[in-house]
Amino acid sequence: MRLRLVKQQTAFDFFDKSKFWLGLSAVLVVLSIASTVVQGLNFGIDFKGGTTIRAESSTPINVAAYRQAIEPLALGDVSIAEVFDPSFRADQNVVQIRIQAQDGQEAVASDLVAQLETALRNIAPDIRFPSVESVGPKVSGELIKSAVLAIIIAITVVLIYIWLRFEWQFALGAVGALVHDVILTIGIFSALQIKFDLAIIAALLTIVGYSLNDTVVVFDRVRENLRRYKKKDLSDVLNLSINETLSRTVMTSVTTLLALISLFVLGGDVIRGFVFAMIWGVMVGTYSSVFVASSTLLRLGVKRDWSKPSNTDGNHFANIDA
Amino acid sequence: MLHIEGWKRVVIWATCALGLLFALPNGFYGQVESYNDAQEAGQEATGWPSFLPSGLVNLGLDLRGGAHLLGEVKLEEVYTTRLEGFWPEVRNALRKERATIGAIRQQEGGAGELVVRIGNPEQMDRAKEVVQTLARPVASLTGGMTDDIVVTSRENNLIVTLSEAEQLATDDRTMAQSLEIIRRRVDEAGTREPTIQRQGNDRILIQVPGLGSAQELKDLIGVPALLTFQTVVGRSNNPNGAAGVGNELLPAADRPDLYYILERTPVVTGEELTDAQPSFDQNGRPAVNFRFNTSGARKFGQYTTDHVGDPFAIVLDDEVISAPVIEVPITGGSGIITGNFDVAESTRLATLLRAGSLPASLEFLEERTVGPELGQDSIDAGKIACLVGFAAVLIFMFLSYGTFGIFANIALLINVGLMFGLLSMIGATLTLPGIAGIVLTIGMAVDANVLVFERIREELKTAKGPARAIELGYEKALSAIVDANITTFLTAAILFIMGAGPVKGFAVTLGLGIITSVFTAIFVTRAMVVIWFERRKPKTLEV
Repeated sequence: MRLRLVKQQTAFDFFDKSKFWLGLSAVLVVLSIASTVVQGLNFGIDFKGGTTIRAESSTPINVAAYRQAIEPLALGDVSIAEVFDPSFRADQNVVQIRIQAQDGQEAVASDLVAQLETALRNIAPDIRFPSVESVGPKVSGELIKSAVLAIIIAITVVLIYIWLRFEWQFALGAVGALVHDVILTIGIFSALQIKFDLAIIAALLTIVGYSLNDTVVVFDRVRENLRRYKKKDLSDVLNLSINETLSRTVMTSVTTLLALISLFVLGGDVIRGFVFAMIWGVMVGTYSSVFVASSTLLRLGVKRDWSKPSNTDGNHFANIDA
Repeated sequence: MLHIEGWKRVVIWATCALGLLFALPNGFYGQVESYNDAQEAGQEATGWPSFLPSGLVNLGLDLRGGAHLLGEVKLEEVYTTRLEGFWPEVRNALRKERATIGAIRQQEGGAGELVVRIGNPEQMDRAKEVVQTLARPVASLTGGMTDDIVVTSRENNLIVTLSEAEQLATDDRTMAQSLEIIRRRVDEAGTREPTIQRQGNDRILIQVPGLGSAQELKDLIGVPALLTFQTVVGRSNNPNGAAGVGNELLPAADRPDLYYILERTPVVTGEELTDAQPSFDQNGRPAVNFRFNTSGARKFGQYTTDHVGDPFAIVLDDEVISAPVIEVPITGGSGIITGNFDVAESTRLATLLRAGSLPASLEFLEERTVGPELGQDSIDAGKIACLVGFAAVLIFMFLSYGTFGIFANIALLINVGLMFGLLSMIGATLTLPGIAGIVLTIGMAVDANVLVFERIREELKTAKGPARAIELGYEKALSAIVDANITTFLTAAILFIMGAGPVKGFAVTLGLGIITSVFTAIFVTRAMVVIWFERRKPKTLEV
């Protein structure tokens, strides 16, 4: 007996409430943008400059005492946060200290870090510093620029590729879904104020890749069905295609999520933010390939006279044979 | 017909075997690592059969621990030094024309310019002409030849700067030299596999695995270590006192309120040292012994013979380490530097002097240290997460697709093996986001198989018999697999091109993961399915 997450034959009408779903997406996108504009992103030092210090001690961490010890150094904006993780040992207390970029200093003042380490040794003698990272404002500015550029280039390249392989309506639908996913992911990082650093950009681009993967699979089936059922309504063809690929969509999302969730729970706190972004992206990406990409496609309409050969030949990739 | 030609099967399985063979050393990481180290050191290497590949996936700094520095080379400093060295030539040329242009005098100029006051400003054009004749040709950007200097004037001053082409040429030399000196210094410190790379126009990235802190690295490469021997003109307690033209005022290293007035042009510089070793002076205090090359020894011998009884200054990076009085001529070409050192400092100074001085100073823009224990924690956590995620996916696939699920699972195992094999072959670096990339690939790698299996299920419904269904399943799923993976691969490629550091590592694992997963899905799983089908010849098929 097989485990079936999706029944063998499904006939959901995905466009029945398409106005509602598109509306919901639009609202979420607006909320994401609003949150990002109003309360901003919790940028890590990669993008803001500054220093983060990870400190570990066997004595329980008293954030207030730490703050008091650091205060006399007058370092400006200092944030101190204790880190909890199931993978820590019982006597492993970890704290993350972040110091803003110091005025007029491009390079990192290591004497400042040394002073801070001494100050903390006074209250926790066995304190260790497993990682110290410092980025100057010059580099962080460049990192932001290249990150934004990377995302824009990725989306453009994808737009062109899909346009070449399908039709421009497909490309717009896919890109609409991508932009939707990226904005929603940035939005949740802003709403929950999770640290946004270089790794999150990698996550964003992966989400772009994943969401696309999903969208392309649906579109591929749409293309095939458009050739097969020349008389059917576009909305029927889209519905049929989504239903036919639904089982695969769910399977792939579940396997990917299984792997990601295991990494989220067991992978340690250092990459948790990164993995969170991916999990969110997989869910949003799956949703958007059905409700954003296809709905957009439905509204744009498609040219129906496929002048290419019939579907039994597939396309030129079908010649690849094992 | 459902069939794969014999030679294709051989190629498929040989590829898998080869990939797994290359992945094998990673299973015995510590063993192979010490084997490689021994081999590199030229010793007899044991503990790993020499006929097996011994390439390993490098661990990134975030996993192994170590120090990472991004430094910017102050290229303009070299312009100033160059022009400073140009001054005697300019002076001699202008002096010959004294009758027309009047007395000349060097002025303090801005960075990267040589400023000369001309006695008869109305003859400025003549003066410029004279200096211009000293220009040497350099290859310009457009391919032609151009002068290496630009001569302009401002009020009564003649100003010499380097031309753009010459600046670019100088920049390249400075960067090459800086890289070389940094490499030598880091190598002297004896750490393993440091990465020292030029980044962009004026930056150098230095990564040293296993180093305790970035500060250690900065101590080693952050100072120019320019050693000079200069004539002492006088002493002063006033840090802002006038030194006079051609002289400079430098602080004493060991006394806060003492300053020396020195002639700016050094007698000998550290460039002419051939060796430097830490040692002790006759009072048992740490010191550094040095030896000059022939020309340095001659200059130093001549100078000390002429100046017996005078003090001379040993200057390191604009600080006077000591200013001993010359008691006897030093003609042997070797000497000793004493100062307020401890043993660690004298050892470091000797190292720096041996490696040579940096042509320009470095400013640090980015600095990261990761302790080895945090890296180990990350590896451990990553391993567990990978195993659990892996197991979950394997079980889920088996439950969903039965026999075909087992095929997909074997393919998945081969896939991860191939990934490690490829990573080892190209000597890629595995970072923490890279581990995430592997986990993500595990999740996504089954996608291609899922596409095929789902398609076979659909084709079975139209009942053309199992063989035809399998064949059609592969055929029709192919365009979706190819399109979906090419688009994902494109984003991985962009990440690789645009990304920095750990993000690049992620892009590499993701990109390779896509290649191996497509390979395993359309060739390996298919080969397994075909072999299974030939043996069993099932009349009905459940996927």
